[in-house]
Amino acid sequence: MAIDRSPRNRMPEQAPKLRAKNFDEVALGFSPEQAKAEASRCLQCKNAPCKSGCPVGVDIPEFLKAVQTGDFEGAGAVIGRANSLPAVCGRVCPQEEQCEKLCLRGRMDKPVAIGAVERFVGDFGLDKTPAPYDGPRTGKRAAVIGSGPSGLTVAAELAKNGVDVTIYEAFHRAGGVLVYGIPEFRLPKSLVRAEIDKLLRLGVTLMRNVVVGKTVLLDELTDRFDAVFIGSGAGLPMFMNLKGESYKGVISANEYLTRVNLMGAYRADSDTPVQRGRRVAVIGAGNVAMDAARTALRMGADSVTVVYRRGREEMPARAEEIHHAEEEGVRFELLAAPVEILGENGAAAGLLLRRTELSEPDASGRRRPVELAGSEFTIGADMVIVALGTSPNPLIKDSYPAIETTKKGTIVVDGRGMTSVDGVYAGGDAVTGAATVILAMGAGRKAAAAILERFKGQ
Amino acid sequence: MNRIVKKRVLAPNVNEYVIDAPLVVKNARPGQFVILRVDEEGERIPFTICDMDKAAGTVTLLVQEVGYSTAKLAKLVVGDGVADFVGPLGKPTDLSAHKNIVLVGGGIGTAVIYPQAKALFEAGRPAAVILGARNRELLMYTDEFKRAAKSLYIATDDGSAGQKGFVTDLLKELLEADRQRAKNGIDCVMAVGPMPMMRAVANLTKEYGVHTVVSMNPIMVDGTGMCGGCRLSVGGKTVYACVDGPEFDAHEVDWADAIARLSLYKETEQAHRCRLTDETAGGQK
Repeated sequence: MAIDRSPRNRMPEQAPKLRAKNFDEVALGFSPEQAKAEASRCLQCKNAPCKSGCPVGVDIPEFLKAVQTGDFEGAGAVIGRANSLPAVCGRVCPQEEQCEKLCLRGRMDKPVAIGAVERFVGDFGLDKTPAPYDGPRTGKRAAVIGSGPSGLTVAAELAKNGVDVTIYEAFHRAGGVLVYGIPEFRLPKSLVRAEIDKLLRLGVTLMRNVVVGKTVLLDELTDRFDAVFIGSGAGLPMFMNLKGESYKGVISANEYLTRVNLMGAYRADSDTPVQRGRRVAVIGAGNVAMDAARTALRMGADSVTVVYRRGREEMPARAEEIHHAEEEGVRFELLAAPVEILGENGAAAGLLLRRTELSEPDASGRRRPVELAGSEFTIGADMVIVALGTSPNPLIKDSYPAIETTKKGTIVVDGRGMTSVDGVYAGGDAVTGAATVILAMGAGRKAAAAILERFKGQ
Repeated sequence: MNRIVKKRVLAPNVNEYVIDAPLVVKNARPGQFVILRVDEEGERIPFTICDMDKAAGTVTLLVQEVGYSTAKLAKLVVGDGVADFVGPLGKPTDLSAHKNIVLVGGGIGTAVIYPQAKALFEAGRPAAVILGARNRELLMYTDEFKRAAKSLYIATDDGSAGQKGFVTDLLKELLEADRQRAKNGIDCVMAVGPMPMMRAVANLTKEYGVHTVVSMNPIMVDGTGMCGGCRLSVGGKTVYACVDGPEFDAHEVDWADAIARLSLYKETEQAHRCRLTDETAGGQK
C-alpha cells in the first residue's frame, strides 16, 4: 500500500476570542471524512511502537485501520477491548507524551493524530447501546470505591467478565475528576454522563452519596465483597502557608473548579455561588492551573495571570493546554515566586512576588528556582487561585489503619495493584498522587486483571 | 430518596426535620454532620446531626432559614424528599477523657450540643448545660435538655427567659463557683454557636485554664476532604473542618481568620451556604 503523504489533519476549534467567553467545547472534533483521512496516515507498522506508549494498551493500528475503511463501530470495538472511556481519553490524554510521541510517522512529517481519531470513534459510539454481558457469571462480587477514571475502568473490566460490581461514590454525581475537575469546555459533562450510562447498562450498580470510611466502613465492604478496589482520588489541595492566604478571594483550584463544574456555578440557574474575580492570579502551572485560568476568563475576568516560579520549559501542563490558554488571553508571569498575598479590608488585592532564576535540577529533575534578593514586585489581583497540587485524602486511611500508606499518605500497592490488605486493591491518584486520567485508567486495568486472576484461582 | 418523615416549627424560622436516612444513621455518632441538596440545582449544605434514631433509621436536623437554600428546604413538607443526603461526615465528638463537662449552646448551636447532652446522659455522667438566645421565642429544646442535663441554665439578651445577659455570664459564674471547690472541678467546656460567641467562651475559659472544644462551621462544598474551602488555622497549622474536625481546641483556633472567612459569600443573596455570623445561627455549619 502506498504511503499516504497528506499532512496531519487538525481538529477545527472555536476561535480563541469567542471561546474565551463561553463554556462550549474548544475543539470541535473530526468529521467522518477527516477521521478517515487521518487514520489513513497510519503506516501500520508491524511492531507498532505507539501501542507501548499507551498506558492501557489500545491496539492503535488496528482501530485506525477500521476507521480508514469507515468501520467506526468496529474501531470502537477494538478500542473498547482496552479502554472503556474512549471519548474521554481522546480529549484529555497527553497523547503527545504517549502514543503520538512514539508514532513512526512523526519521523516523516507529523505523528498520526491518534487522540483526535480516538475521540471521533468514542463520540460515534456514545449513543450505541453496548450488548449487556451475557456470558458466564463468576458468582463473585466486587466493590469499587470512587467513580473516577480508575474506578470506572475497574468496574467496566470486571463487569465485562461476569463479576457483580457495585461502585460507591461520595458525591451526588458519578465521574470523579471528570465531573468536578476538568472543565466543560475541555470535556463536556453530557459526554461523561453518556460514558457512565453505557457502563451502567453493563449491569454495574452505582451507589451515590456514600462515603466509604464514613457511611460504610471498609471492613463492611471486605466482609460483603470478594474484592475491593480503592480509587478515591487525590485529595486535599495544598496551600503555601503564605501570609494572606485566608483573605477573601483566595481559593483552591479544586474548590473553584468544583463550584463551577460539578455545582454548575457558571449557569445562571445554579444555587451554588462562586467568587468572580476581575483580576485573577493563578499560582501553579499544571493542567489544573490552566483549567482554572481558562475558567476564570470564561467567568468574566478582565485579566488572568498564571504565576510560576520556574520557566516555560518546566511548566508541567500539557503544551496544548498552555497554547490554548495563551491564545485565549491568559498571561504568564514566569520565574516569579509568591511571597505574600496582599489584602485590603480582608480581601485579596494583589500578590507580592520575587524574581527567581533557575539553578541545578532538584529531586524532581526540574531546575530549582532560587529567589533573588531585593527583586520584589507586585501584581494586582482580587482573586488568587492556588493550584499547587494535592495531598492524599486521609479518610480511608483514618477509618482503616491496616492499609499501608507512604509517608506522604499515598496507598502502597504491589505489582498487581494490591494493598497490604489481602483482596483490597487500589489505583489512580490515591496511589500515585495527582497524575493523569489515563494513568489512573491503566492502574485500574491492571488491578482488574489481578482481581479476575484471583477469582479464577478461588 | 431521603424523605422527610416529621417536621415541626421550633422557633421563628427554625424547623426541625426528621429525615429517613437508614444508611447515614447506621454508623453515625454524635458530633458528625450531613450534607444535603434540596433539589437537582441545589447547593451542598452541611448540617450537624442533632438527633438520631438508629432503630427507625432517621436523622434529626434543626435548620434555620438564613438564605436561599434553607428557605427552599423550608418549603418542603412531610413526605417530600431531598435530592441528596450524605453522611455521617467529620469526626465524632470524643469527650470520654472528661468527667465534669459544661455544654454551651448559642442559638441554633443548641442543635449541636443536644446529641452531646443526650450521649453524656446515657453514659451516666450528665453535663451542665447553658443555653443562650436573643429571647424566649428563640430558645429550643429546653424540655429535652431538662431531661438530659445535670442542670440547665438559660440566658436571653432581653431577659424574657432565664437570666438577662449572655452565656458567657452564666459560664463565668459556674467557673467562679467551681474555683472555690477543691475537687471534681469542671474539666471541659464544649461551646457551639455563632463564631463570636464561641470566641468569647474561648477567651473566658482560657483565663480559667479549662480545656474547651468548639464545633466549627466554615463554608464547605464536598465535605470529604477535596475542595479545601473549609480550611481553618488551628494551632498555626492549616486544617480542614470536614476531615480534621468539625471540632477543635478552642484555644488554638485563629478566630479573626475564621470569622473573616465566614463572610465570603455574604454579598451573594443566594449564598447562605454557611450560617451567617448572626446571633441565632449557631448550628448550621
